[in-house]
Amino acid sequence: MIETRQLTKRYGGFTAVDAITFKVEPGQVLGFLGPNGAGKSTTMKMLAGFLAPTSGSATVAGFDVETHPLEAKRALGYLPEGAPSYGEMSVREFLEFVADIRELKGERRWQRIDDVVERLSLERVLEQPIDTLSKGFKRRVGLAGSILHDPKVLILDEPTDGLDPNQKQEVRTLINSMARDKTIIISTHILEEVHAVCSRAVIIAGGRVLADATPAELEARSRYHQAVSLTAANVQQAREALARVADIASLELDPQDNRLTAFPKPGRSIFVAVSDALKAQGVAVRELALEPGRLDEVFRTVTQGAAGKEART
Amino acid sequence: MSGTTTIFKRELRSYFATPVAYVFIVIFLLLSGAFTFYMGGFYERGQADLQPFFNFHPWLYLFLVPAVSMRLWAEERKSGTIELLLTLPVTMWQAVLGKFLAAWAFIAIALALTFPIWITVNYLGSPDNGVIFASYVGSLLMAGAFLAIGSCLSASTRNQVVAFILTVVICFLLLLAGFPLVLDAISAIAPQGVVDAVAGLSFLTHFSSIAKGVIDLRDLIYFVLMILAWLYATAVVIDMKKAA
Repeated sequence: MIETRQLTKRYGGFTAVDAITFKVEPGQVLGFLGPNGAGKSTTMKMLAGFLAPTSGSATVAGFDVETHPLEAKRALGYLPEGAPSYGEMSVREFLEFVADIRELKGERRWQRIDDVVERLSLERVLEQPIDTLSKGFKRRVGLAGSILHDPKVLILDEPTDGLDPNQKQEVRTLINSMARDKTIIISTHILEEVHAVCSRAVIIAGGRVLADATPAELEARSRYHQAVSLTAANVQQAREALARVADIASLELDPQDNRLTAFPKPGRSIFVAVSDALKAQGVAVRELALEPGRLDEVFRTVTQGAAGKEART
Repeated sequence: MSGTTTIFKRELRSYFATPVAYVFIVIFLLLSGAFTFYMGGFYERGQADLQPFFNFHPWLYLFLVPAVSMRLWAEERKSGTIELLLTLPVTMWQAVLGKFLAAWAFIAIALALTFPIWITVNYLGSPDNGVIFASYVGSLLMAGAFLAIGSCLSASTRNQVVAFILTVVICFLLLLAGFPLVLDAISAIAPQGVVDAVAGLSFLTHFSSIAKGVIDLRDLIYFVLMILAWLYATAVVIDMKKAA
C-alpha cells in the first residue's frame, strides 16, 4: 500500500509538489499522468526515499518514508527515470549486486535472478557490460533490478520510455502479471498505456492533483464520449442524413481522412439513431464507430485548463 | 554492515573493470620510482632507508589521489545511479563509507605494489624495517585524508574535472598550511590563535614525523579525524545536493 498525506516539495520559492494526497491499495495499478515538470518524478522520488518532503508525509507498505526509511525501501522496488545502472558491470554482476544489497541468500537468490532474467528475456546479454546494450535492454535491466526482490510495492518512473512497440507490450504484460498482489505506481506520457495497464489514473500538473479516476471515467469526460464517427463514400449525402437526427449537437469533418464525427447533445445516446438514419437514406458507410472518448483530449483539457487558471491568478 | 561490504566490493571491482586502475597503478609506480631515484638521491645519500621514497608521497598524492576521488560521487550523480544507490535499503553512511573504503583499498593496492623498493633497500643494506612499516602506515593514512576531501568535493559537483581541480587546490592548501604561503595570508586577517590552529592542520607537518618512523598518537588521530570529518561532510553535501 502507498499513502501520501499533503505531500509537498518546495525548492526555494518554487513548489514542485503541492499538498498531494492519495492512496493506492494492493491490486491497483495507478497511472501517473502529467506534462513534463508536473511533479510526477519528484513525487516518486519522495516515495522512494530519495528526496525528503518539505512537509506532509508518505508511507510505503505501512512504513513512513522519513522515520522508517530502510523498512520502506526494503518493501519497495523503484525504477528511477531513465533506468540508470552501473555501465561497466555485466548484467549478471549488476543483478547479483542488487541481490546482495537486498540480502537475498542461498537458493532464493538464484531463483529470483533466474526468474527476472527469464521474465525480461535477458539470457542473451547476461555476460555483456550494460554500457554496450541497446536502450531497450538497459531499461529492461533496470526493471529487472527493481523487481528482483519481488517487492510488495513497485514504483516505476516511465518504464516503457525508449522501448519499441513489441518491448512496450512485453513490459505491459509483465506489469499486468504482477498487478494482482502488488501495489504499483507507474508514470507515463503514453496515454494508451493507461488503458493497457492502469486501473486508476491520476493527472497532475503544477504539482497538484487535477483528476483521480478510472481510465473509463476519464474518457467519459471527453467531448468525444458517446460521439459517433463514420466514413462515408459520399460525405454530402451522409451530412444530409445526419441532419435529421434530433439529438446531434454538432458535426465535424476531419479533412485528412474524410471522417465525419457526430457529437450528441449532453446526456443523449445517438448511435442507434445515426445508424437508422443512414440506413433509411441509403447512405453507403464504410465504417461506423461509437467513440469511447479520447484520453489525450481529456488530458489536454484538464492540464491546460489548470495552466490557464494559474496564468490568470 | 553488510551494505557497506557489498558496496565496497562492487566499487573495488569496478576500478579493475576499466583501464583506469591499471593506468593509475603504472603511473604511480613509475613516478614514485623516478622521484626516489632521481630527485631523492636514493643512491647518493648512501643510507639504507626509504626517506627519499616517502618524502615525495605528499606531492604524488596531490595529483593522483584526486584523480581517483573525482569520480566517486560526481559520476554517480551524472549517470543518475545515485538515485538507484540511495533508494536501495542502505543508509547514507553505508554508501559513503563503502565507496570511500573501496577507493582507499585501491590506493593501498598501488602502495603495496611499491614493495620492490623495500626489497631493494633490504638487499643493499640493513634498514630499520619498523621505520619503513610506520612510514607505509602514515603514507596510507595521508592518502585516506586526501581521498576523504576528494570524496566530499566530488559530491558537490557532477563535473569530474571541477571535482579534480577543487580537490587539488584544497589538498595543496592543507599540505602547505604550516608554511608562509598560507600562513601569511591568514595572519593578515586573523588573530594569532587562528594562525596557529591553521598551522596545526598542515598535512606535511603531521606526515613528516610519521615518515621518519615516529608514530605519534596525535598524528594518527589527526588523520583519522580528518577522514571522518570529510566523510561526514560528504554525506551532508550529498543530502543537500540531491534535489538539484
